[in-house]
Amino acid sequence: MQDDRNGAPGRNSWAHWLLIIPFIAVLWVPFYNSVEPKWQGIPYFFWYQFLWILISAGLTAAVYFLTEPKK
Amino acid sequence: MAVNWVALVVFVVFFAFVTFLGFAAVHWRRGDLDLLHEWGLAGGRFGTLVTWFLLGGDLYTAYTFIAVPALAYGSGALAFFAVPYTIVVYPFVFMVFPRLWSVARRHGYITAADFVRGRYGNKWLALAIAVTGILATMPYIALQLVGIQVVIAGMGIESTGLLGDLPLIIAFVILAAFTYTSGLRAPAAIAIVKDLMIYITVLAVVIVVPIQLGGYDKIFAAVPAAKLTLAVPGANTLGSYGAYATLALGSAFALFLYPHSITGVLSASSRHNIRRNSALLPAYSFLLGLIALLGFMAIAAGVGDAPEFKPYFAQYKATFAVPALLLHQFPAWFVGFAFAAIGIGALVPAAIMSIAAANLWTRNIYREFINPVCTPRQEAQMAKWVSLVVKFGALVFVLGLSSQYAIYLQLLGGVWIIQTLPAVVLGLYTKWLNQWALLIGWAVGIVCGTWMAASVNFAAIYPVKLMGFVAPGYIALWTLILNLAVTVVLTAVFNALGAAPAEDSTSAADYV
Repeated sequence: MQDDRNGAPGRNSWAHWLLIIPFIAVLWVPFYNSVEPKWQGIPYFFWYQFLWILISAGLTAAVYFLTEPKK
Repeated sequence: MAVNWVALVVFVVFFAFVTFLGFAAVHWRRGDLDLLHEWGLAGGRFGTLVTWFLLGGDLYTAYTFIAVPALAYGSGALAFFAVPYTIVVYPFVFMVFPRLWSVARRHGYITAADFVRGRYGNKWLALAIAVTGILATMPYIALQLVGIQVVIAGMGIESTGLLGDLPLIIAFVILAAFTYTSGLRAPAAIAIVKDLMIYITVLAVVIVVPIQLGGYDKIFAAVPAAKLTLAVPGANTLGSYGAYATLALGSAFALFLYPHSITGVLSASSRHNIRRNSALLPAYSFLLGLIALLGFMAIAAGVGDAPEFKPYFAQYKATFAVPALLLHQFPAWFVGFAFAAIGIGALVPAAIMSIAAANLWTRNIYREFINPVCTPRQEAQMAKWVSLVVKFGALVFVLGLSSQYAIYLQLLGGVWIIQTLPAVVLGLYTKWLNQWALLIGWAVGIVCGTWMAASVNFAAIYPVKLMGFVAPGYIALWTLILNLAVTVVLTAVFNALGAAPAEDSTSAADYV
């Protein structure tokens, strides 16, 4: 991975590791394979995954702002 | 069912509007359409918002909107793999695809195969990438037609015989004509209308139907318990958990390797645009999750037992669940609007897919092997003709053969396209992998994946057995692992035998 980097190392490049979190949260099925607790009548299985769409988008946005080069 | 005239008129009005838009798009951000990168990539000048609409319209296709709720209707929770799939795809895109954008812009690449040609200096490896892309795309275009077919039938139009094929043929001639004249600008302009229509439709449905049916509580209570979660695996097997997670991960790895995705990425105006869109495109994933719920609403509304829908479910199976739900719960004018959203939702990806396939053919087969001295004008003209041929092929396929074959081939397409990951994605980071090792790994993946799929009757899941332990999983992911193993081992062997390094025309600074 390093061999292709040009001179300028990215700002806050550690932040990219945050993007692993969504993989763990949604690919490990036992975390969410249940009906209870329900929210507004919606089983856990479904609202958990909806919630992670939002969290994952938020994380990606955070990483974007942390790593985007300063003008 | 009699012809639903109100719905049909609304449908035709919206179709006519986007047809006009498709032709008018030729004037949008005007460029010289006799150049391939102008016709096929719209000059690479789309800003963040247009890219958002374009990729949203491109990736979340009409077929997705029909097939995902159909799977929820038939199989329940398993259909929701589309959600983790579209969650994990964007972190992956955020990390990887700005690099592809940068190197492509630096060297004028318009396809993934162009990049592979430049990176490894091997036209045979590039040919493998190009052929895989074209083969994986063709059935995908055909499936978009299946999406249109279902909604046309839903409006009560006889869908058998030559006369029944007419609406589809008309839709396709329109599509072919505006793609030919306007190139990528046409689907980009139409995507804006289509995406807004889809958002309006879905938001209306997820608000109105629960009110009609007495709340989400009642809807989920109507769904059999076995469909609300995945079956817990027994001893010594990953069971449905393995299927669910590997479908999500494998599909995520495959999605942006499809030519139509890469065309969308490379038409962006900057690498920052792609990074921004990785955070913004999940809005469509949320929409897709809501659409999956439509399958449960169809169960709760009892559309499967309604006598007027019986013949349609017999012909179209669960794919009729969403059209039936809309017909059952909404007035005719809204049905027409929603069906138009789905129909137009088929035109956008079909147009981009045919453009992407035409780019591959023209750049990586025609110019590489047939006419290396072609002028830029000849190159663009060739692509325009090929976009017609590709779409005509898809039309003949859908009209002539059972749509079941298109579904099988689309499944195989996913298994095939993922085999280009080592060359394309790993190639963005390292040039250590040997070009011939990559080609052999690709071939092993394609052959083994096709064999696996055939051995399970073209289901997506193959149970890998290892020392008494069973791991059912998505064939694309299993064969990608095999492909990677073969590529790495053979690279080490070839290097040990003193293989010459590839002629790399890119440099490290091109990627960032």
